[in-house]
Amino acid sequence: MEYLRAFITGAIICGLSQILIDKTKLTPARILVTYVVLGVVLTGFGLYQPIVDWGGAGATVPLLGFGYSLAKGVIEGIAQSGLIGVLTGGVTGAAGGIAAAVVFGFLVALVFKPKSKS
Amino acid sequence: MHVSKDEYDALLKQKSPNSPILKDILWAAVIGGLICTAGQGILNLYKMAGLPEKDAATATSITLIFLGALLTGLGWYDKLAKHAGAGTIVPITGFSNAVVAPALEFKSEGLVLGMAAKMFTIAGPVLVYGISASVVYGLVVYVFHLA
Amino acid sequence: MAVNRMGARALRFRNAPRIAGHAAVVGKKEGEGPLRGTFDYVAEDDHFDQPTWEKAESEMQRRCIELAARKAGREVRELNMILAGDLLNQCIGSAFASSDSNVPFLGLYGACSTMAQGLLLGACLVDGGFADELACAASSHFCSAERQYRFPLAYGGQRTPTAQWTATASGAAVIAAKPERGRVAVTGGAVGQMVDLGVKDANNMGAAMAPAAYRTLSDYFRDTATEPGDYDMVLTGDLAGVGADLLIELFKQDGVDIRPVYSDCGLLLFSPDQDVHAGGSGCGCSACVLCGSILRDLEEGRLRRVLFAGTGAMMSPVSVQQGQNIAGVCHAVVLERQEG
Repeated sequence: MEYLRAFITGAIICGLSQILIDKTKLTPARILVTYVVLGVVLTGFGLYQPIVDWGGAGATVPLLGFGYSLAKGVIEGIAQSGLIGVLTGGVTGAAGGIAAAVVFGFLVALVFKPKSKS
Repeated sequence: MHVSKDEYDALLKQKSPNSPILKDILWAAVIGGLICTAGQGILNLYKMAGLPEKDAATATSITLIFLGALLTGLGWYDKLAKHAGAGTIVPITGFSNAVVAPALEFKSEGLVLGMAAKMFTIAGPVLVYGISASVVYGLVVYVFHLA
Repeated sequence: MAVNRMGARALRFRNAPRIAGHAAVVGKKEGEGPLRGTFDYVAEDDHFDQPTWEKAESEMQRRCIELAARKAGREVRELNMILAGDLLNQCIGSAFASSDSNVPFLGLYGACSTMAQGLLLGACLVDGGFADELACAASSHFCSAERQYRFPLAYGGQRTPTAQWTATASGAAVIAAKPERGRVAVTGGAVGQMVDLGVKDANNMGAAMAPAAYRTLSDYFRDTATEPGDYDMVLTGDLAGVGADLLIELFKQDGVDIRPVYSDCGLLLFSPDQDVHAGGSGCGCSACVLCGSILRDLEEGRLRRVLFAGTGAMMSPVSVQQGQNIAGVCHAVVLERQEG
């Protein structure tokens, strides 16, 4: 059941984004930005936690989940170090993902060669 | 020219095929859903291995980012993305793809000004707006003692 | 009064400069399309043995000019001039293709209309007695264009059905003054004006170019008192599916049906099952179709009179991001088989 819930949640989020792309001609970069900010805002209003509780990875794997970890990180940051935490919390919450993207990006770019498309 | 801009715009819309939206949505939902299901599986594995909830979630993100990067390097991610659209853009693997693809592509302009400088040309805005939004949210919480 | 003009726009070349040789060099995907067999060289690997895509494009164009010169019975160094263009910033694809040639060089930019632009200028120079033999060339490479105009290759983006596929291809033709140098002559043409009907979508360039093609072609028909039926083929550069439909529609509003003689290089180069959306584009698309199959058909008598209208979408990533419209331009060249 857990897997089915993850699938359904992820499918709905991705399906909705596809409608946005096809209907509004929003470029992918704008979609990504919209989703991250939306993730922060929904978490801020307490609306995203229930989705995470129900959908598990279906809610945390899409970029909305990246916004969710940024927002959760800020709350923890404030609890630990007050005003400084406002600045450090978000990035701390998402640090694993950001560092992984940089390091794996670096390694893959070093190892592989660009390929032509057909 | 006997056609005005407005008339041409109307003609153009009539002659330009639309994206096959139902097919697109189906692909996006299925592939996006499957990536999330895979994420759930990875998360459960880390939890079974004894990682605390929070660390398991981070480890899952890191694993998916690694897989996204690897598939990008192999040239498979874009092949899947051609069909899956949002299904491959929106999951965290898509963020990884957006970081790795320009890094790989612009390696030809050097490791510093090419690969490293171009790494965040697509994904950079995600960090700028994501982090900024989190700081704004944090300020609101801090000032109004909501936490 | 300029003696080589007819009407408002049309040019005529009284001395009928000849096409002495022509060649087309293409990438793997293009070589698998419906025109396979008409190209002089098909790359097995789009790298053309080079470390970067930009160098690959230069190498492709260099080989193409060399082949065209050889088929004209010349060495590249014997040419009076090379007129060449491509899509890359500052025209580096063409500049570096000819950097070792020791031949006077003019770099051109006309986006996808470059081959027509080159033929037109080359014919002017030869007809005016400024050159005995010169080469015109144009090229585009999918991979170098993609990274400059759109996204990195490995990025997982989705294209709209109106988008066009930049061809990895090059075409070159040697224009010569002496009539015995070839059967096919450049007899006329027209320089087109910029036409902007407010198209902003960089994924619908055919739509941006169609009004320019209509303008140049209808002007040319009027100035020369000809009609589409006077040509065996009216061939647009690369309007592809959407643009070609729009051009047919624009002519239909004048009561002219161009369909019986109309073709488009963007539609000829690829077949629909090659997943190129609306069709091919890029300087190399019309260049390789013209210098591959069309000139051959003219030489061998399957075609006698072709009105070639190269179309270009004038834009850059900067202009698109700043919200400017995409303007179109179209240059026409008439190619005729000379008997006897």
